[in-house]
Amino acid sequence: MQFRLEKRAEPSKAMLYLTPIGAVLLTALVGAIIFSLIGYDGVRAVREIFVTPILNPLKWQDLAVKSAPLIIIAVGLAIGYRANVWNIGAEGQYILGGLAGTGVALLTRDFSGPWILPLMIVAGMVGGMSWAFLPALLRTRLQVNEILTSLMLTYVAIQLLNYLVIGPWKDPMGFGFPQTRMFTADQLLPHIIPGTIVHMGVPIAVVVALAAWFVMSRLVFGYQIKVVGSAPNAARYGGFSVNRTIWMALLTSGALAGLAGVLEVAGPFGRMVPSFPTNYGFTAIIVAFLGRLHPIGIIFAGLAMAVAVVGGEVAQTTIQLPAAAVGIFQSMMLFFLLASDLLVRYRVRMVGSNRVEVTP
Amino acid sequence: MAIFTRRSVLKIGGASLALPLLGQAVLAQDGPLKIGFVNVGPKDDNGWTFGHWTGAKALEAEFGDKIEITFVETVPEGPDCERVLRELAQQGNKIIFATSFGFGDYVIKVAREFPDVIFEHATGYQRSDNVGTYNARFHEGRAVMGTLAGHLSKTNTIGYIGSFPIPEVVMGINAFTLAARKINPDIKVNVVMLSSWHDPAKEADAARALIDQGADILVQHTDGPAALQVAEERGIVGGFGQGADMSAFAPKSHLSAIIDVWAPHYIQVVNDVMAGTWVSDDSWPGIAAGEVVIGPYNEKIPADVVAAAEAVKNGIVDGTLNPFTGPIVDNAGTERVAAGAVVDDAGLWAMDWYVEGVNA
Amino acid sequence: MNMDLVVPIIITLIGASTPILIAALGELVVEKSGVLNLGVEGMMLIGAVVAFAVTYTTGNPWLGILLAAAASAAASMIFAFLTLSLSANQVATGLALTIFGTGFSALFGQAYTGKPISIFRSIFPEALATHPLWRLVFGHSPLVYFSLLLVVAVWWFLKKTRAGLILRAVGENDLSAHSIGYSVIGVRYAAVAFGGAMAGIGGSCFPLLLTPQWAERLTAGRGWIALALVVFAAWRPFRLFGGAYLFGLVMTIELYTKASGGTGGVPSEFWAALPYLATIAVLVLISLRRSGHSAAPACLGKPFLPTN
Repeated sequence: MQFRLEKRAEPSKAMLYLTPIGAVLLTALVGAIIFSLIGYDGVRAVREIFVTPILNPLKWQDLAVKSAPLIIIAVGLAIGYRANVWNIGAEGQYILGGLAGTGVALLTRDFSGPWILPLMIVAGMVGGMSWAFLPALLRTRLQVNEILTSLMLTYVAIQLLNYLVIGPWKDPMGFGFPQTRMFTADQLLPHIIPGTIVHMGVPIAVVVALAAWFVMSRLVFGYQIKVVGSAPNAARYGGFSVNRTIWMALLTSGALAGLAGVLEVAGPFGRMVPSFPTNYGFTAIIVAFLGRLHPIGIIFAGLAMAVAVVGGEVAQTTIQLPAAAVGIFQSMMLFFLLASDLLVRYRVRMVGSNRVEVTP
Repeated sequence: MAIFTRRSVLKIGGASLALPLLGQAVLAQDGPLKIGFVNVGPKDDNGWTFGHWTGAKALEAEFGDKIEITFVETVPEGPDCERVLRELAQQGNKIIFATSFGFGDYVIKVAREFPDVIFEHATGYQRSDNVGTYNARFHEGRAVMGTLAGHLSKTNTIGYIGSFPIPEVVMGINAFTLAARKINPDIKVNVVMLSSWHDPAKEADAARALIDQGADILVQHTDGPAALQVAEERGIVGGFGQGADMSAFAPKSHLSAIIDVWAPHYIQVVNDVMAGTWVSDDSWPGIAAGEVVIGPYNEKIPADVVAAAEAVKNGIVDGTLNPFTGPIVDNAGTERVAAGAVVDDAGLWAMDWYVEGVNA
Repeated sequence: MNMDLVVPIIITLIGASTPILIAALGELVVEKSGVLNLGVEGMMLIGAVVAFAVTYTTGNPWLGILLAAAASAAASMIFAFLTLSLSANQVATGLALTIFGTGFSALFGQAYTGKPISIFRSIFPEALATHPLWRLVFGHSPLVYFSLLLVVAVWWFLKKTRAGLILRAVGENDLSAHSIGYSVIGVRYAAVAFGGAMAGIGGSCFPLLLTPQWAERLTAGRGWIALALVVFAAWRPFRLFGGAYLFGLVMTIELYTKASGGTGGVPSEFWAALPYLATIAVLVLISLRRSGHSAAPACLGKPFLPTN
């Protein structure tokens, strides 16, 4: 008995929707078994991680706030990935977005008015874009691999952040602790649901995803992205400039990562601190794949990732499951998803051992 | 035990439309008093978080089944900790200890949402009606260690490893240096700031760099035993445990230790809350209150040196000795404290200068 | 700074360079075969925790290194299976591997925090290493000699052996290599396993060579420096050796300047960012010199999809 793979002519639609669900279920199952084996209450762990955050209405606000930046970044990354442009430095672009927003906030401290926050947001997007500029320039002009440059720049961004909050931007009233001043009321994102922590960034995330969906499915730019990604030669004949697509893809993903950064610093953080980089940029790569590089899929993927994080904290407080376990759940979920990707593109046939073809 | 302070009665009264007053009281009477701890590191970090873990254990020993403790580890400083704080409050914890500076903004935020939960924030400075702050006068312990170093150093060079130049670290360096130079005015203290809270390999390399350049005693203000292990390997005079007794890592070089003992404060807080007498304030006790404990002296230290260190300790305990008594000259030559004057608490928290003898 | 300091500085910088050198040599071979494994940091952490646990339990650092290599190679097989057999995306899978390694090492290491082991010292008798200069020759841990041998071995393998030639062919043009009859997937599996094992040994340097303890995230981002280093070295083993020691020097000299009582002048964040900036600069230089062609293996990061 042996399995044989047959490539599907068209990726399976059913599998496209079923496999992410299967990956989550498989993660829950395998996670329960593994954590039971090493001496935790595995079933309870899975329940607390995957079910409690969904059933407990008190956690919904957390899911919304946690998933918003992931969705915004992942939507931008997915556009690039569709075009075969591998920006993995979203973390750095996110940091630069936060820093640019903070810079505007510090400059406008003595002013007030509704123009400050939009200005910060624009600055944040430009900041994120600026950090994607160099990888785009090097990729289009010199064929330098953008995976490597965007990743390297992330670490430069972290050091820039440290330098600023420890040095020139340090709060003069903050007892020397490395952090900036608190933002003023005009510099903070408004809360959209009174009595909760749900801020403006949440609807923005939904709008970003819907807009991306529209662009990708209805506009020429979306078509261009897909063609350049799947058949660069055909794109060239079709009159699409590959370089321009690369520029657009990198700058868009940089701007969106920067947007997420400024929304975070003006929302939940409320000031710039050294702990601002929280791996959203890297986690969003997982979210982008979990969402099948589709803007709507990414909304659900972002929520699923938020469930795992929020649930991980619940499991920590209720059954003392260590924080490290959450990372294992996250990586398992991604491993299973990436593995199941195969089912979208291939059909698995069982063949009898007597009929095995000998392939060279 | 119903907790009826005037303030909480007013609050419950205000909320009585939603929750009958009686139900609230019954809830408080039933079951043990739930206490949560939010920590930035793992409990076996052998330093900061371990100290709070020991404090939590002491609470259990003192109050037995009258209390129930939830100890959450490795919570990032940022919006993630806000969720954990809220989660603990939602689960009915009535006292929440947040044990890292970076939790401060979020403690204040969440405390506003849960006026009947008491929050205690370690090393912070922001307080509100239901948020108190606490810390320990570690610099008193530094003065004792400095006395030892002043007697024991043969090269007159001390290596000091720190994370960031925040007042907490700066006042430790200054207290240490003042005490050491009181014994031996030729002592100089070379400071290496790592710009990182956690990088053991870099700590070890900093220790090597200091020893290679003449330091025969090392002091560290970073968690973990990395520097002590290098001291042991190199066979220099020695170093000091930070936060906990670390002699297991360096039996020959572990001269003594500054041990964080939070138990007295924790027991006090729980007693006050149970008695309904808790009010928000800043608690900053030191050696006299048993919050800062001097570890066992290494047997290789001569008896007269131990006696000198004990004399400093006893002077601090009975109030006859203040580590920051003038005249104090900073390392640029300016007199900062006049002869006979002392630095008050506000002056300590604003300390951004080093005393004479410090190279940083 | 005086001459007496030169030898100690070199010894410290060798210590700082060795783990990134070993891990980067492994990744170099992986990338030469056309595979980009971003899971180096995670595999190093697995190696570090396993090396510590085994050495702590058995007292035998050799066994610790061996099992660290085996454990990280095993973890790299998750990556290999997903990316090579199931042609999953290499970037995403590599990142997932790092998340996995970080979580696994933290969970597995919980039983080992706060416990000491002793440093894996020189295998030569101490009498040989009394003079400073002899110390430079005989005063190191076996891991250091291993890293130096590995530089030569990887160079020799890639340049002088038939297997190395096949590996490079697979990385430069997988379809041609496949059509001549070489097993592209098989070669890449072997390369990934080797890269995993070397990341494990690189990780084992942390508890065995640098700081004999286990703590969560002990490698503190060195895996990413190793990745940068491979690029910095333009995929050449001897340049990688030079690059590792240059990176080590940058990290070390800052500490020595501060430890001498100096301020260093430049903010330390600049030093910390320097390896990454230098790597980008090198990428640009290579591309400029080769007028539009990078030195990267042509198939780097792309899945192997033979057209049946």
